Amino acid sequence: MWKAFSYVEQHTWLLLPLTLVTIAIGGIVEIVPTFTIETTVEHVEGVRPYSPLELAGRDIYVREGCYLCHSQMIRALKDEVERYGHYSLAAESMYDHPFQWGSKRIGPDLSRVGGKYSNDWHYAHLANPQALVPESLMPHYAFLASSDLRLDDIEGKMRTLRTLGVPYTDQQIADSGKDLEAQANGQSDVLAFAKKYPHAALASGDGKRVSEMDALVAYLQVLGTMVNFADTSEESLQQ
Amino acid sequence: MANATTEAAVASFGGRMPVNYNMDVVKKFTIATVFWGVVGFLVGVYIASELAWPGLNFGLPWLNFGRLRPVHTSAVIFAFGGNALFATSLYVVQRTCGARLFGGRAMADFLFWGYNFFIVQAALSYVLGFSRGQEYSEPEWHLDLWLVVVWVCYAVVFIGTLLKRKEPHIYVANWFYLAFILTIAVLHIVNTMALPVSFFEAKGYTLYSGTQNALIQWWYGHNAVGFFLTAGFLGMMYYFIPKAANRPVYSYRLSIVHFWSLIFMYIWAGPHHLHWTALPDWAQTLGMAFSIMLWMPSWGGMINGIMTLSGAWDKLRTDPGLRFSVTAVGFYGMSTFEGPVMSVRTVNALSHYTDWGIGHVHSGGLGWVAFITFGALYYLVPVLWERTGLYSVRMAAWHYWIATLGIVFYISSMWVAGIEEGLMWRAYDKNGFLQYSFIESVMAVHPFYVIRMLGGVMFLLGALLMAYNLVMTIRSPSTQRASVGFGSGPMPVAAE
Repeated sequence: MWKAFSYVEQHTWLLLPLTLVTIAIGGIVEIVPTFTIETTVEHVEGVRPYSPLELAGRDIYVREGCYLCHSQMIRALKDEVERYGHYSLAAESMYDHPFQWGSKRIGPDLSRVGGKYSNDWHYAHLANPQALVPESLMPHYAFLASSDLRLDDIEGKMRTLRTLGVPYTDQQIADSGKDLEAQANGQSDVLAFAKKYPHAALASGDGKRVSEMDALVAYLQVLGTMVNFADTSEESLQQ
Repeated sequence: MANATTEAAVASFGGRMPVNYNMDVVKKFTIATVFWGVVGFLVGVYIASELAWPGLNFGLPWLNFGRLRPVHTSAVIFAFGGNALFATSLYVVQRTCGARLFGGRAMADFLFWGYNFFIVQAALSYVLGFSRGQEYSEPEWHLDLWLVVVWVCYAVVFIGTLLKRKEPHIYVANWFYLAFILTIAVLHIVNTMALPVSFFEAKGYTLYSGTQNALIQWWYGHNAVGFFLTAGFLGMMYYFIPKAANRPVYSYRLSIVHFWSLIFMYIWAGPHHLHWTALPDWAQTLGMAFSIMLWMPSWGGMINGIMTLSGAWDKLRTDPGLRFSVTAVGFYGMSTFEGPVMSVRTVNALSHYTDWGIGHVHSGGLGWVAFITFGALYYLVPVLWERTGLYSVRMAAWHYWIATLGIVFYISSMWVAGIEEGLMWRAYDKNGFLQYSFIESVMAVHPFYVIRMLGGVMFLLGALLMAYNLVMTIRSPSTQRASVGFGSGPMPVAAE
């Protein structure tokens, strides 16, 4: 056996491919089945693509590195479920590019923060967290309120995500600008918007302009609200 | 090291013509290693201070913790660690193959400037608000593509040099460097697959979503640890410890077992980052099983490194560089035991999401990665710049003790903080309600955040001492050699 190894490490063109094969096996065995086994992602009702404003808010969440302090993954453990709500499902992040499960809780989990606090609370808290929670370690995000949200790229973002498998309809993409304004300020056709994006929360914009904070609040308010667990059977949650 | 002689390379290659090694690029990477080390530790101290005193965020977007943490992680892993790996791998592959770097001077210089351009661009992009939002893989698609170009050139240079070698055997350190280069290429390319919103936009969306994205990310993330921060630095261990101790590697057979079992098992371990999550249980179980098995090859490597000192233990007293290297292997053994323990699902239920994880990566990061690098630097700088020895051995000894004490402060405070958080989050009162609100756990760990910051300051101070010591080693007249090394003479080697 030792002779065989000794032969291998005298030949670069043996050592190289053998190393590649050795490191490839584990990854292939673990990763490929999660694409082929159908129950990897549960079949539950309610999970929908993000509305244009929520999507823009999500991109800000990613950009600011919120995931470095906040998880979005309630583990299937008694205390976590009691603290944060029903354990997170794979289906709930199936349209998340990228996933934001996180790895460290310097702040609390946010998977089900949607609807837990009012819009006003979120605006005030993002601007100055210590005003509401004096011991908080969170940085101030007041600058988001004074930054205008970029509006010209939202359609391109939705198209890109559709290519990657997020089921946006032609109508949703065509109306992206209108829907974004409607959710931000509640001024244009809110009803038409709400039909396309059930459970979406309106932000509390000032009606004149859309800020980055409007988008972030809209995103936070939808987190964890899409699946109605009262109507979801145990069997449908089997992986 | 102090008695390095001017014995020519020709002697160690059985009378063949001396090789004109490319040491220029190794010097550049060496300087960059020291520079980025100091930068990375400094940013680390700053963000640790932000967690102790959040006022330090100042409400400025580019100073906020969320943007600076990727600067810290990228600076220490990819800038400090990466430049150290480039420097040592390009040195070791030349010396152990008896061949000049393949690809010529231009390609070697491209590696240096191309890689460090990537580092600077990545850091700037985080600060300015660009991030893919996946840990240790934050740069957007255009920078990821650039890194692929640089990395492919790195592989060509390294493999090309192996093919040119004059020695029949590929030395064990090079197996580990090779596995590191190949695997990082695979991991990086698969994990950063993304579709840009437009050719002119930095923003892109990762190809994968949700659960699959999580699994691929932690397959990448854990093996960035396994191959970037472990296999690559094991290459360093297998060259510089025998060199500094002037002893052969303890066991050739153990090296073979160590290498193949380590690279086979590491790649499976990623799912232990996703215990109790929405990742299917079978994948979690596989990840846990392989993480526990991984303990054995890791300790096999540790034994091989430490036992290489057999008969040369006395050098630990006189050579602080070697002391760094050996302590590094000790920390390697400790964190490769701690890792498997934390990968057990029951332990992970407590430790995950807490500061225990932060402590764990720093016992590996500071204790293993940084210490083995410091050991290599203290050996390499006098050799590269043809000096008689270090400017001050005493200063290096001070560095050793300050840094070691800093690590102890760091990891013990994070153990206590992490276990305290884990216990508070799951504590129930006598009526069956959760006993603590989240913010109470934040308040409870404040003292430990301060201690952690102090540990970081000590580690940074040590690195500054090293930087001064190395600069003086290069520049001080006291380390000048009598009359050798100028012009086209062969590269002198350390005392054999």
